[in-house]
Amino acid sequence: MATSKDLFAARVLAILGPLHGVARRLTKNDADAEDLVAETISRAWRARASLADGGAFRAWMFRILNNTFLSERRKASVRPREELLVDEGIEDDGRFSIFERLHQPVLLWFATPEQQFLDSLLREDLDRALAALPEHYRIVVVLADVEGLKYGEIAETLDIPVGTVRSRLARARGALQRTLWDVAQARGVQRPRAGGA
Amino acid sequence: MPGHGDIGCEEALKRLLALIDGELSEEERDDVQRHVRICRSCFSRMEFERRLKQRLSALPAGDVPEALRRRIDDVIKGF
Repeated sequence: MATSKDLFAARVLAILGPLHGVARRLTKNDADAEDLVAETISRAWRARASLADGGAFRAWMFRILNNTFLSERRKASVRPREELLVDEGIEDDGRFSIFERLHQPVLLWFATPEQQFLDSLLREDLDRALAALPEHYRIVVVLADVEGLKYGEIAETLDIPVGTVRSRLARARGALQRTLWDVAQARGVQRPRAGGA
Repeated sequence: MPGHGDIGCEEALKRLLALIDGELSEEERDDVQRHVRICRSCFSRMEFERRLKQRLSALPAGDVPEALRRRIDDVIKGF
């Protein structure tokens, strides 16, 4: 008969892959990611009484992961300037859109510049663009777009209102597109000629 | 026309990402889908954002290293 420890362990192991994936994107370092995952699971076990609802397990684990990452970083006394940009929209990257840079309404919807841009993206471009995001943007994009969490789960993970998830995600995606654009330009992706094809 | 008029590009664009994220109500979703059926530009924008999200979701997670699995097994044994 399965004990509560067995059940907890089974649930943890079922999301070990996503936990490790998010840890790698947060730490950008394999060894640190492994330490983070191990510490997260230890803390989760100790805090298991705070898990109110079985359906919220994934968000609860990601919350512990993110909080553990932040507290470990505070201990290391590393505080990147990027933290100062939280919700301040200083760079206003939420408005950057690759689509608006490339779209030409006169063209047919297939084989358009923006579709070709997506086709030209390498996996490494996406990895590099994600890694270049400030942490508070990176975590929302990773949770929403890489791991597929819903807004409510992200809100629970980051302990922010759903409205803040929406606005931060919009800005984060704008920042990601800006970085993807820069990465692609550096690789020599052609800009569309003025005046259409 | 109340209820089923076209919401226009500005409103559709505001809701596009939430549509792609599956976070709209049924009515809001219908409003946006009604608009993109008649607006090629917004349809193209929706397809672009949807494909970008698909590329991100398809990023391979990578295997969990065997050493980490063993380490987690040890953590669990210590529960």
